Amino acid sequence: MSMQDTDLRVELRTSPHLKQPLSVDQIMRNVVYALLPVSGYAVYVFGISALALLVVTTLACLLTESLFCWLSDRPNSLADGSVAITGILLGLTLPPGFPLWMAAVAGFVGVGLGKALFGGLGFNVMNPALVGRAFVQAAFPVAITTWTPPFAPNRFLEFIPSTLSLPFLQPPDTSQWSQQVAVDAFSGATPLALQKFQHVGTDTMDLFTGAIAGSAGETSALLILICGAYLALRRMMDWRIPSAVLAAAALTSLPFWLMDPSRYPDPLFVLLSGGLMLGAVFMASDMVASPVTPLGVWIYGAVIGVLTVIIRLFGGLTEGVMYAILLGNALSPLIASVTQPRVYGVQRKKAKAE
Amino acid sequence: MTLGRLFRRKTFDHGVHPRDFKDLTSGLAIRRLPFAPRLTLLLSQHAGAPSRPLVRPGQEVVRGEPVAEAAGYVSVPLHAPATGVVRGIELVATAQGPKAPAILLDVYQGASQEILYEAPPDLQNLSREDLQGLLQGTGIVGLGGAAFPTHVKLRPPEDAVLDTLIANGCECEPYLTCDHRIMLERTDDLIAGTQLMMRALDVHRAMIGVEDNKRDAVKAIRSKIPANSGISVHAVETKYPQGAEKMLIESLLRRQVPSGGLPSAVGVAVFNVGTLAAIGDLLPRGRGLVERLVTVSGTGVSRPGNYLVPLGTPVRYLLEHAGAKPEAHEVILGGPMMGMSVASLDVPVTKGMSGMVVLEQRHSDLKPRQVFPCIHCARCVEACPMHLNPSLMGQLAAKREYTTVAQEHHLFDCFECGCCSYVCPSNIPLVQYFRIAKAINREQAA
Repeated sequence: MSMQDTDLRVELRTSPHLKQPLSVDQIMRNVVYALLPVSGYAVYVFGISALALLVVTTLACLLTESLFCWLSDRPNSLADGSVAITGILLGLTLPPGFPLWMAAVAGFVGVGLGKALFGGLGFNVMNPALVGRAFVQAAFPVAITTWTPPFAPNRFLEFIPSTLSLPFLQPPDTSQWSQQVAVDAFSGATPLALQKFQHVGTDTMDLFTGAIAGSAGETSALLILICGAYLALRRMMDWRIPSAVLAAAALTSLPFWLMDPSRYPDPLFVLLSGGLMLGAVFMASDMVASPVTPLGVWIYGAVIGVLTVIIRLFGGLTEGVMYAILLGNALSPLIASVTQPRVYGVQRKKAKAE
Repeated sequence: MTLGRLFRRKTFDHGVHPRDFKDLTSGLAIRRLPFAPRLTLLLSQHAGAPSRPLVRPGQEVVRGEPVAEAAGYVSVPLHAPATGVVRGIELVATAQGPKAPAILLDVYQGASQEILYEAPPDLQNLSREDLQGLLQGTGIVGLGGAAFPTHVKLRPPEDAVLDTLIANGCECEPYLTCDHRIMLERTDDLIAGTQLMMRALDVHRAMIGVEDNKRDAVKAIRSKIPANSGISVHAVETKYPQGAEKMLIESLLRRQVPSGGLPSAVGVAVFNVGTLAAIGDLLPRGRGLVERLVTVSGTGVSRPGNYLVPLGTPVRYLLEHAGAKPEAHEVILGGPMMGMSVASLDVPVTKGMSGMVVLEQRHSDLKPRQVFPCIHCARCVEACPMHLNPSLMGQLAAKREYTTVAQEHHLFDCFECGCCSYVCPSNIPLVQYFRIAKAINREQAA
């Protein structure tokens, strides 16, 4: 073999030359997978209205992202999968009979105002799905608090009357319809509202399995936990955030319940009711809008948990998860900046003096 | 607090677990590479001042003969890696980029290549200063990759009180196995070198740290440690970058080297096991360093192995010998996490080169990947062994806030292990950004 035999065309790169085989689109795709069982169960419980709602919010989000990419002359970013998560999450946070045109507005505002205007993936300050929901909460206060009963007999064949209402018209009143289709007597209130205003509890088992009125996806706490555990085990979600949120919520509600169990809900009810489970597992854990520092993650989760309970117990609203997470998102850069990790070989005091 | 520490394994916080590919070569005994027809002996293959040549073109040299002298305290001499004739002293290509002067040596293929140049010292009656001088004379530098002249470590700052010598046998870079083979096949040299350095540093404790994927090496060393020698061997967690000096000190002693300081500040001197084995082999015989062990591995070669290579052998020759495949696409000098890919195959083997990894184009890690924006997933923060915040630093560096990164985010504590780039799901070239940021900061300071 002579020296000239080896005439390799070698490539120049800088180290590291190895790479962990995991990319953003894979993570996002897995979050979508984890949301599918939750979505499927929402459809099972609330029927085709929930399906239509999820389809509309997802499509609205995808179209909005495409539109803004086109407007800002950037490559289309649908492939990274993050906007699909926003769409599904948004659908899951809305009441199942929510008028579809309003859902489309929520998707447009969520992705447009909550994400695209900040610069797209990675640059949004707050969770886009919750920005969209917060907008429609303010814009359509009646529709977003109109609940319908689960397991209506014809749910796979007929829409909830309000679902198909025309844009800019008053949605039809669904209370009559709800009374007709409800399996048990239906009060039109969620377990949270029942507890808050009438001090009526709900069976823990029903909360666990989701046989309750509420937003499309906030029904079965158990299913959400399982799907979240899948993500956490695959290390695609930071388990510390949901843990911190849930622990803080339970610990905050405990003293109140001990003081007056007839007035205040027990910690287990707090954890299982409303959107806390969905919010803690799938929304507070949104990587983009949460701190990166190890200590910051715990503080951020705790802030959300405490705020949720405070809003629920003392605010005018029955549910506080959404605003708690949005506030937590807003605080997260501050939390991250005050909880920078101690660098190896650097004393903390010295670091401050510099 | 990582799980590893809960189970009382000796380790440090953070780090990554890349696949190590060590089974390609870890079972292969050390083999000697034949002499290339021409050797290129770079005058600067160590940190510090380049050596000053002692030979003229046309001069015949014998293997082991000094051909260049140390040009100052932080410098070492060079010895002829083969018997032959000096062709010239010219500028040649180097792995680092800029051309540098080297002694070109045409090897006499018929020569016996016996080392005749040796001057065994009387080791019993040597002072510490004598040992330092002798060590400098051997031309030994840090063989783990840093190539820092070893004798300099024998003179720590005045205020430092050393109590422990650490022998670094972690070899945490994937693919590399030469230290593993040294610990197995040259255990006596390693222990002799360790004892010599303990004497030279006047310390009474030596700890040999070996990653726990090399249990056979731990056993081999343990069986040969003399009683009451103060030497002990410790299995540490297999995790990259366990072999980084600062990480190993933390794993073994729970001490942290102060930012910007040397290991001597916490009473420690760290040597690579390959360096110690070379000391144990060469110092008692008064010989110079003329060859080193190089792991040649990767899917791009058909005959991977642990080769004993004369210094100055062209990488091309080494490649041919190891059977480079036509699909070979990238040649990395050193390990794949911190090594350097070469542009020219004419660059020579130097004292600091512990491995050559040849990867094929189909190697999935080499495929170009789309770079996404940072999604704040915090994987880099969880991976950085120095506990920096690469996510934030990367965003600042991308915005050219180089001074901010250096002054407020400890840029210069980064030792470029590459864990952050390795884990980043957005494929952001973080450590590459930090290199640029450091270079620009240095330029601005100059």
